Amino acid sequence: MAAVLARDIFKTFGETHAVDGISLAVPDGEFMVLLGPSGCGKTTFLRIICGLEQQTSGDLMIGGHVVNDTPPRARGVAMMFQSYGLYPHYTVRKNIAFPLRTQGLPSAQIDKKVAWASQLLGIDHLLDRRPRQLSGGERQRVALARALVREPTALLLDEPLSNLDAKLRASARTEIKQFQQRVGVTTIYVTHDQVEAMGMGDRIAVIDHGKIRQLGTPAEIYDNPADLFVATFVGAPPMNLIKHNGGYLGFRPENFLPKEMVANGGCTEFSFRVERSEYLGSERIVYGEIEGAETKQIITAKLPPAHVADESIRPGEWHPYAVRNSMLRYFDKDGKRVSRH
Amino acid sequence: MVSIAEPIAKPVSRYRFILDRREVLGSLLVAPAVLYVLLLVGIPFLLAVYYSVSAYTIYNPSWRFVGLANFEQIVRDPVFLGTLENTFIFTFGSQALGLILGKFGAFLLLRPFPGRKIVRALIVLPWVVPIALATVAWQWMFDSLYSVINWTLIALGIITRAQAPNWLGTPHLAMLCIILVNAWRFFPFAIVIFLAGITSVPQDVIDAAIVDGAGFWRRNYQIIMPMILPIVVIGLIFGIVFTFTDLSIVLLLTNGGPVGTTSVLGFEGYQVGIVSGDVSHGAAISLFMLPVLFVVVIGMLRFIRRREI
Repeated sequence: MAAVLARDIFKTFGETHAVDGISLAVPDGEFMVLLGPSGCGKTTFLRIICGLEQQTSGDLMIGGHVVNDTPPRARGVAMMFQSYGLYPHYTVRKNIAFPLRTQGLPSAQIDKKVAWASQLLGIDHLLDRRPRQLSGGERQRVALARALVREPTALLLDEPLSNLDAKLRASARTEIKQFQQRVGVTTIYVTHDQVEAMGMGDRIAVIDHGKIRQLGTPAEIYDNPADLFVATFVGAPPMNLIKHNGGYLGFRPENFLPKEMVANGGCTEFSFRVERSEYLGSERIVYGEIEGAETKQIITAKLPPAHVADESIRPGEWHPYAVRNSMLRYFDKDGKRVSRH
Repeated sequence: MVSIAEPIAKPVSRYRFILDRREVLGSLLVAPAVLYVLLLVGIPFLLAVYYSVSAYTIYNPSWRFVGLANFEQIVRDPVFLGTLENTFIFTFGSQALGLILGKFGAFLLLRPFPGRKIVRALIVLPWVVPIALATVAWQWMFDSLYSVINWTLIALGIITRAQAPNWLGTPHLAMLCIILVNAWRFFPFAIVIFLAGITSVPQDVIDAAIVDGAGFWRRNYQIIMPMILPIVVIGLIFGIVFTFTDLSIVLLLTNGGPVGTTSVLGFEGYQVGIVSGDVSHGAAISLFMLPVLFVVVIGMLRFIRRREI
């Protein structure tokens, strides 16, 4: 187990800057999530860490050693792929044993380690099956066991949950996180799903166009987005943004509430015209517009249905809504967050 | 009031939509192929089977049934046994060489280089050139006097004129020549098979093997080869069956010589059955390998199926 350090990593494919100067320090044992839309360069960055791609420039250190010119097999990192990359002609046992066999370990030791990894992930009853005989969740565990069996310096995960159905995904999320805490391996996890990022990451690096837009804990990313991209990419529905004094004013939908629900003093009032609302059980998403906005745009409010009177969300009428001042965020005209206008 | 006209039921022929019925249209479309196979493959095949157990010759066209007597006679004939051995050497030699060349070629054509598309198109030429034309070219290259190979070797100072090999006139060299020509003809097909197989291996699997620490050879022989084995075996079945039953290269290049050392089953069957007119023995020679090929093909197909589970 080791820290991973990237300094000014660039990667260009022809004219495209896939990775455009990423510097990132992942301390030993941390669960780091790289979050970004598809094509933002996060997977390329991960492939550079494991050595499947060579960076155009920049330095990469794993466990204190510069590994720029070290081939993947000597870096000691393990990677789990989006579609798992299991070897279809091998049984589960041989799949898990493969990274050990390439190291030339004696077979008694291999058997011991395979038994350890398969028990850890609860797949010891599947050892003699082939990948095609397994369900999606089982395959994912086999891939994880194969990645962990040689006790890697760092574990790299590339959208490992995207092939699972929604229900399985939630449980797999918990499992991976618990498992990572138990083993304590440095983990870099790539995803485009903010729920996974928020729920699993010790820290999140939000990436767009090959650059890190913000690096911080899930709470920092959500509460204090560094710029408009982070503000709109993280959160569902995204942060409301309205043009204001040449810059932007932003507030989260769940902080935009009927005025009577916001404690008096220190709040900003808006007149909100409801257009339609969606009842989602635990919450109600209300869409509408606010008076005095420079451009007509849809504003969303996320309301707890049990606490909001029906008359305050009747479509077509203007209602007094408010946001607590401490929940307002300001961005300058370039989209960078500023403390105040 | 609006009155709605009474719909008049038109009498519809029950055959009007006959072509919409899947089973009718299907049988209609497949009929030409079935007819073709029955007339041009099935009947001659059955005829050959009957010839092989009869005493039919063109001088005495009798349909008299003689049982397996023809087979017994050819098995006792040392010329036939030599032919059988030649056939095995020819088939497996050229297939092995073709597969090795095919794999190398596929690996070369996988990596991008300028002009790759042109090379990919040109490489199938040996396969599409009529074998008669190609063999004439090869014959010239192996010619005892004008051999371009010998000329090159002499020009490079590797051999002297006196040492120049007589390619088609020396038994082992003649066998090597027909193996070479057949492998040359087969390897574009092998390249296509290997390319199809290798490109069908998911990139994730290859990446996983790289990260798991597998070097080039281990990746090739423990991951890629086992994964593409089914498709390679199919290609090999084609190659083996076509080579086993082929006579064109031998007929055109060596005519079975020198002294029968390159005679193969197809050639021998043609010589005995058509040229000499002993149809029944010719048929027996041609059909001799049928049961063996049958077993080989079934064995290979079963092997593939077992691997896929």
